[in-house]
Amino acid sequence: MSKKIRLVDENGIRTDGRKPDELRPIKLEVGILNNADGSAYIEQGKNKILAAVYGPREVHPRHLALPDRALLRCRYHMAPFSVQERKSPAPSRREVELSKVIREALEPAIFLERFPRTSIDLFIEVLQADGGTRAAGVTVASLALADAGMPMRDLVAACAAGKADGYIVLDLNDIEDKEGEADVPVAYMPSLNAVGLLQMDGQLTPEEFEQAFNLAIEGCKRIYELQKQALKAKYLAIKEAVEEAVE
Amino acid sequence: MPVFFENREIVTPGDLLAEGGFDAGRNTYKIDSKIYACKLGLVEYKGRTVSVVALNTFYVPSVGDLVIGKIVEINLHGWIVDINSPYSATLRASEVFNKPYKPQKDELSEFLSIGDLIQAKVIAYDRTRDPLLTIREPGLGKITHGQIVKVSPAKIPRIIGRKGSMISMLKKETHCNITVGQNGLIHIYGRNPEDERIAVLAIKKIELEAHTSGLTDRITEMISKERGSDK
Repeated sequence: MSKKIRLVDENGIRTDGRKPDELRPIKLEVGILNNADGSAYIEQGKNKILAAVYGPREVHPRHLALPDRALLRCRYHMAPFSVQERKSPAPSRREVELSKVIREALEPAIFLERFPRTSIDLFIEVLQADGGTRAAGVTVASLALADAGMPMRDLVAACAAGKADGYIVLDLNDIEDKEGEADVPVAYMPSLNAVGLLQMDGQLTPEEFEQAFNLAIEGCKRIYELQKQALKAKYLAIKEAVEEAVE
Repeated sequence: MPVFFENREIVTPGDLLAEGGFDAGRNTYKIDSKIYACKLGLVEYKGRTVSVVALNTFYVPSVGDLVIGKIVEINLHGWIVDINSPYSATLRASEVFNKPYKPQKDELSEFLSIGDLIQAKVIAYDRTRDPLLTIREPGLGKITHGQIVKVSPAKIPRIIGRKGSMISMLKKETHCNITVGQNGLIHIYGRNPEDERIAVLAIKKIELEAHTSGLTDRITEMISKERGSDK
């Protein structure tokens, strides 16, 4: 079977010019929506994703409220213009699944038991998709939660690794995701050394899986540093401006 | 007993703050002997206690707090009040009437109707029940004049200042009556709109620059500058 597209060339360089263990350029911004309690925005390669958090607030409808902890509700949604062919705005099977796995990746990070009978509503809106949106969605959602002042055990960073043209590669883009052999998205809490999301699509040997998993964890750690910087940036900018004005 | 940050450095959730014989203060949690931050904020090491001053929070009621709220609903037994918190509060009719309250005779909306703002005190709250309010204390009750400013509840301690230094300075300089609700709503009532405008400006500046030092002096300076520009 011959491949139509070469994903990694003879020098080990990928279609977008990256090395196998290189992340796409990431831009993170925190607190960009005024009407939400917390918000964040990520650009990871060609991905553009917004996240907004409301809450904790009273649960509507009332009967969903949990007596011992907050209810975390998550909606992952792709805008109709986020992909080449217009996507129907109605939630697809895939979006419902991703909403669930993202929620489950974030749940262990939040002190939900401190706010019984309330709900925390999380909206992840994919404006432009280019592979690895569930991982980028987790990354940006955890920033929005921290921005809202939610008590959290740790920030959650997420990143995918996989196999393309026989190479184990980090942070797959859309072509590598579709044409490659395997995709392993991982969500990880670095301070606690805990994994919140682990999926695999495609085929890997046990050795390759371990290699891909470790590479994804490495990627998560790098993203975690960027998350911390992004959270602090807003306040450090004010501090610097004030100190400059004083001098 | 190592610490990993400097005093008043910005930390993010999950940052390891200290290890060894420390106590976990506000906005931190402990696993074994390690203390981690659970909010974005400024770390504070005071003796053996490690705490984080959060940069953004929402209001969680606590008994004894003075709050400013808005009536959103009237039912048979009292009023439902929005106090800018995850839980809406109840003000019982019996807290307002001096005589025994009779639902068939007394009309609640004659005293407080929907949309009215009140100053109240939290008299009961725990995680199983919504907060209860009272207005049976001097200074509490319906707000009839002035304006309301909303800030993040995390900035309230900064607006009050150490032992009330910031708030007493504000009151003196702006000639306004200022009541600070712990839930992030602030009631300002001055002799004229100009005083109120300056007070609002000052409070907004404190909110924005809460995590910087030397703030009281800068606010005093700002107020006198604002006054100067009118004349």
